[in-house]
Amino acid sequence: MTIHLSILLFFPVVFAALGALLPRAVAPLALLAGSLVSLVYAVLLLLDFDAGAHGLQYVTDDEWISELGVRYTLGIDGLNLWLVGLTTLLFAASALWVLLRPSERRRLYAFHVGLAETAVLGAFLAQDLILFVLFFDLMLVPFYFLVGQWGAGDRQAATFKLVVYTLVGSLLMLAAAVATGILAAAGPGDVTSFSIAALAQAPLSESEQRWVFAAFALAFLIKMPAFPFHGWMPDGYRSMPLPALAVFSGVLSKVAAYGFLRVALPVFPSAVEDFQTVIMILALASILYGSAQAFTQTNARLILGYSSVAQLGFITLGIFALGQAAGAQGALLQMVQHGLVVAPLFFIVALLIERTGTEDIREMGGVAFRAPVLAGLFLIVALATLAMPGSANFAGEFLILLGLFNAKMAIAIVAFGGVAMASVYMLRMFIRAMHNRVRPNVTSFDLSVRDALVLVPLVLVIVAFAVYPQQALKHSQASVERVVGGPEAVAQVAP
Amino acid sequence: MREVSGPHIDWMAISPLVALIGGACLVLMAGLIRAPFVRRTLVPLLTLAALGAAAGLAIATWGDNVSVIADAMAMDDLTLFLTLVFAAAAAGTVLLSWRALAPREAGHGEYSALLLTAVSGMVVLAGATNLVTIFIGYELLSIPLYVLCATEMRRATSLESGLKYLIIGSVGSATLLYGLAFVYGATGATGFAEIASAVDDVRKDVLLLTGLALVVTGLAFKASVAPFHQWTPDVYEGAPTPVTAFMAVATKAAALGIIIRFFDVAVIGAWQAWAPAIAVLAAVTIVVGNVGAIGQSSLKRLLAFSSVAQAGYMLAGVVVTTQLGARAVAFYLAVYLFMNMAAFAVVVARERETGVGDDISSLYGLGESRPLLAWPMTIAMLALAGFPATAGFFGKVYLIGAAVDNGYAWLGVAIVVGSAISLAYYLRVVAAVWMRAPESRPLVTGGTPRPAIAGGAAEPGADAAARALAQPEVVAVAVVCAAATIFFGVYPEPLLDLAHDAGAALKGLF
Repeated sequence: MTIHLSILLFFPVVFAALGALLPRAVAPLALLAGSLVSLVYAVLLLLDFDAGAHGLQYVTDDEWISELGVRYTLGIDGLNLWLVGLTTLLFAASALWVLLRPSERRRLYAFHVGLAETAVLGAFLAQDLILFVLFFDLMLVPFYFLVGQWGAGDRQAATFKLVVYTLVGSLLMLAAAVATGILAAAGPGDVTSFSIAALAQAPLSESEQRWVFAAFALAFLIKMPAFPFHGWMPDGYRSMPLPALAVFSGVLSKVAAYGFLRVALPVFPSAVEDFQTVIMILALASILYGSAQAFTQTNARLILGYSSVAQLGFITLGIFALGQAAGAQGALLQMVQHGLVVAPLFFIVALLIERTGTEDIREMGGVAFRAPVLAGLFLIVALATLAMPGSANFAGEFLILLGLFNAKMAIAIVAFGGVAMASVYMLRMFIRAMHNRVRPNVTSFDLSVRDALVLVPLVLVIVAFAVYPQQALKHSQASVERVVGGPEAVAQVAP
Repeated sequence: MREVSGPHIDWMAISPLVALIGGACLVLMAGLIRAPFVRRTLVPLLTLAALGAAAGLAIATWGDNVSVIADAMAMDDLTLFLTLVFAAAAAGTVLLSWRALAPREAGHGEYSALLLTAVSGMVVLAGATNLVTIFIGYELLSIPLYVLCATEMRRATSLESGLKYLIIGSVGSATLLYGLAFVYGATGATGFAEIASAVDDVRKDVLLLTGLALVVTGLAFKASVAPFHQWTPDVYEGAPTPVTAFMAVATKAAALGIIIRFFDVAVIGAWQAWAPAIAVLAAVTIVVGNVGAIGQSSLKRLLAFSSVAQAGYMLAGVVVTTQLGARAVAFYLAVYLFMNMAAFAVVVARERETGVGDDISSLYGLGESRPLLAWPMTIAMLALAGFPATAGFFGKVYLIGAAVDNGYAWLGVAIVVGSAISLAYYLRVVAAVWMRAPESRPLVTGGTPRPAIAGGAAEPGADAAARALAQPEVVAVAVVCAAATIFFGVYPEPLLDLAHDAGAALKGLF
């Protein structure tokens, strides 16, 4: 079976653009149709993927800009297969949410969401460095408009910080990417190639690798965000419309972590070793800082935002447990898992805001009394987030810590603390919102059908993934080992 | 009596130039006819025809790469490429001036003739391979522009703009001429080929170095390279907006064209002397332009500073002294044409529709009321900032690649740092378009608000539609240029092929 990845990649934006030209009521429907096509394609990919094969599958490789040596290369392997699936799932959920709720200027809104999906998918699928950077930068554009036009509160400050932080990183990455290709070519006039696989074969000299890697790492750490590059996050999260925030937090941060696996580790191996400790310390700081903030913040969006900072810290640790395939595999599992839980959490926050009229968890309370179904779903998602044994999160964190323990024991011991802290902030949020005394401003009512249509499938996927994470591990094993170079086969370690 | 024999002239090769100058004479004559139809419609149409003919002839002679008039000019692919850029910019300017005040006040025939003469000067300058030709081209493009800046004769700022440009431009001309004299003195030749062979021997020659410094200064005035850019914001702000658009695009292209040709051909042998100096100039220009633009509330001043910064990016392509660099500059100039014309077209349209001139508040709420203007402005700003999926992205990729390729990685980093700074003002414009409510200001005439008349106001939607129809040619320029920006951002291959040929015309480079 041949699956043309371009269809998967471009259907969302094409449909959304068509929708923007159609009547208002039809636009979100077009968006949903486009994202569903991509979702179906992604599911077919998951079923059809050959776990035993080496290298990229379903490759699309065309001449694009011969003058610059840029090729239009897309491909799927164990690293991005599940992330593509996650992206299409969350965007489909978000598109459904947009369709079922009234919003202003829906045509433009739908267009930006469609563009965002294409950009994110492009970043995951790209196998050419310039193509990757192009989509990585493009991701920012729709979110800039989504915050700027539909955001809440101080939108100007939020967009400004969002754009300046992330684009400073991205632009440096652009220069670094161009430099990588040019420097890798032997001399001036040589044929330049930006193919990631080819660049991995011909590494740069160590001093060149250092500054190039530093630029890439900065872009990725800002996008995640990791401490201390998270300055844009609080304003951005406070302001972004929730359906957009669900996908933003769910997949965009993963693109950054994925970038480390796809680009940084294979292409700059010696710089990665040089910077390993620095990045690990930053990741550790992210875990501690994010967790500490998450259980002191009172705004529900920020609690989730800071918890993401902590989770991304874990993922980064797993990736940088060099030579340990377990760590990187755990990180991949954790990426998918965190995306799966954080998106429904943001939808739930939207529902809580509807019922309580506030984003402050101190003002919430007692929602569960009249909304048992909502409470049940929330509980499942919350437990999945705090890595209960039996959840996929547990498997992910277990593998990360396993890899980490073999690589850097001291860091692993501190990181253990982060696992414990996750349960504190998630349970705090759940209890404050769902239980306690019913506040006067709270008018609780249970899930309506339109909300259940979005939430229930997502929760079912979480449960399914928790029961059977092995498939993801099996798919990713060969690719991860190729990137990380770890000796052990870890698929059987998972519960 | 001795017979004077002129040089052989290859008329086919210089036919684009003939079309432009012939067109200038024709429209000047046609403008004398009093009938309004002739002046308001026929003259601009004839101007467009002349530009079209020049562009067509440029395409017809593409690839010939001949040296004409006793090696005074090279009508090679670089010249022809730039001719296409000039012709497109001038055609855009004609359309933007269709209903403008400037040609009505200055006379349609005169206005169009000056425009065509300026274009012919640019072609001469871009193709110059002789010191004398440089100066002729430089003056031929400058003098019409001094006048064009002042064509809104009843507006003091327009006259001020023309006067400023005249004075500062004259200083630039004088400096350039002085520098050319030094170069001639040092090398004993005026032709680029002879200079190139002489320069190899005199790398440490003080005379030559002084000459080069003065030539750089003179050309830097025209390309508005910092620190010789001070005139730019004032002149851009005061000149009629279509003329500003023309200057921002075409003058810069001409100046950069001759900078490439002079430095990368004539004095390539002394690159160790001038390349570091121009690299520093490029970096300074990038910083000065981008920082200067941040606080501007006038869109024309903002675009003026932005054009300074863009000149800095393009200088990086000159510094590297490779064909890749020349190609990157050629490509960027073409891209720059589309981005800037789109932005200026929107400024023109909004100047006429609102009472606030070119202030940034003229764009407030544009996203909702005028999508056909809002999208081009947005695309232009994102492209100027180098966002992906626009041609500006590949322009930057190309320039950075050229810089890194020849050991100027730090200049590549300077380009991206400059782009990062530039976000502060480009995105302010985008925010004004999409994220600000339109300002409800009463239409004032003479300072006192008129009392509201019941039932007097037209329906806003119908009003907007009427306005869109009122100046379709301006909207068309904006939309076409924005569409080209996106098209070449997704499929840059055709433009890259042309730029490749243009770069290949400089045979001395590797």
